[in-house]
Amino acid sequence: MKKRIVTLLAVCVMFTGGAIAGAVDSLRLGQDLEEDSKVPVKKEQLVVQGGIERSYKIQPPVIPHKIDKDKIDLRANTCMNCHSEKTYKQKKAPKAGDTHYTDRDGNVTKTVANRRYFCNQCHAPQVGAEPLVENTFEGAK
Amino acid sequence: MTSGAKKGFLGLLVFGIVLGIVLWGGFNWTMDLTNTEKFCISCHEMEATPYAELEETVHFTNRTGVRATCPDCHVPRPWIYKIVRKIQASNELYHHFITGEVDSPEKFEAKRLVLAQSVWKAMKETDSRECRNCHKFESMDLDKQQSRAADAHDPYYWEAVDGKEPSYTCIDCHKGIAHSLPEGFDPIWNSPGEG
Repeated sequence: MKKRIVTLLAVCVMFTGGAIAGAVDSLRLGQDLEEDSKVPVKKEQLVVQGGIERSYKIQPPVIPHKIDKDKIDLRANTCMNCHSEKTYKQKKAPKAGDTHYTDRDGNVTKTVANRRYFCNQCHAPQVGAEPLVENTFEGAK
Repeated sequence: MTSGAKKGFLGLLVFGIVLGIVLWGGFNWTMDLTNTEKFCISCHEMEATPYAELEETVHFTNRTGVRATCPDCHVPRPWIYKIVRKIQASNELYHHFITGEVDSPEKFEAKRLVLAQSVWKAMKETDSRECRNCHKFESMDLDKQQSRAADAHDPYYWEAVDGKEPSYTCIDCHKGIAHSLPEGFDPIWNSPGEG
């Protein structure tokens, strides 16, 4: 009997507690199940003259221009049209970093090493999206 | 001249004019038919690779919905050059029907560099005539371009750099914009004057 009362009490507490804590936001942000989800605002890739500062010391620099016309496939990598060791001066583009010219055995390669071939694995274009959650992060200065 | 002979001569003249109109019209009509994208991609070689790649580029889908079709870039508009190109196309028919040189994706891939280079060469020789059907320096608003592009398209900038008239043409920098670049492409090929 005593056990039953305790269980009942516990259940009561759970329910009332649940009602009090009803303000907790789910991932749906209080949106009703039957409502259509909100359509996110369309964002365009940013073009920033002069590049974008790094947020921390060894961050791969982010891409300050659109890359929607660029293509990286088995045959060719159009990023290299401007960022390769041969063309960066004429195109006034930053050259791919020296670390990109060594293979995994430490041998220096003539052109960008295969393991660095897929630029957008580390380098990302930006769309100017605001942080989803407010925070006080400041990049390394 | 008897009236009968006169009539016969007139009849012959009218007949000749009508025949001429029909033949000339028919010839141009047929040529226009072969100048459509539908005709180009009726061969699987064109549909499977070059056309599929074009679909992903800005010359096919873009903001404004204006697009380029195959003949816009690959068939000259001036009549005489068009005829020359059409005669050259018999070579393509020969390879399509007789040798089957690029009739599989693998074969196409193996020949891609050669094919691309021949198109680049042709465009260089014509000073990118087909590009300029739509893209004209006079209509370019350099202020709306990004700084590097504006520099590259500004004749005054070129003169300041080397004191000479620019001899470069569209294709010198803009290779691989409508179809994938071939394997073995050296980025320097898109940087004229380097190296």
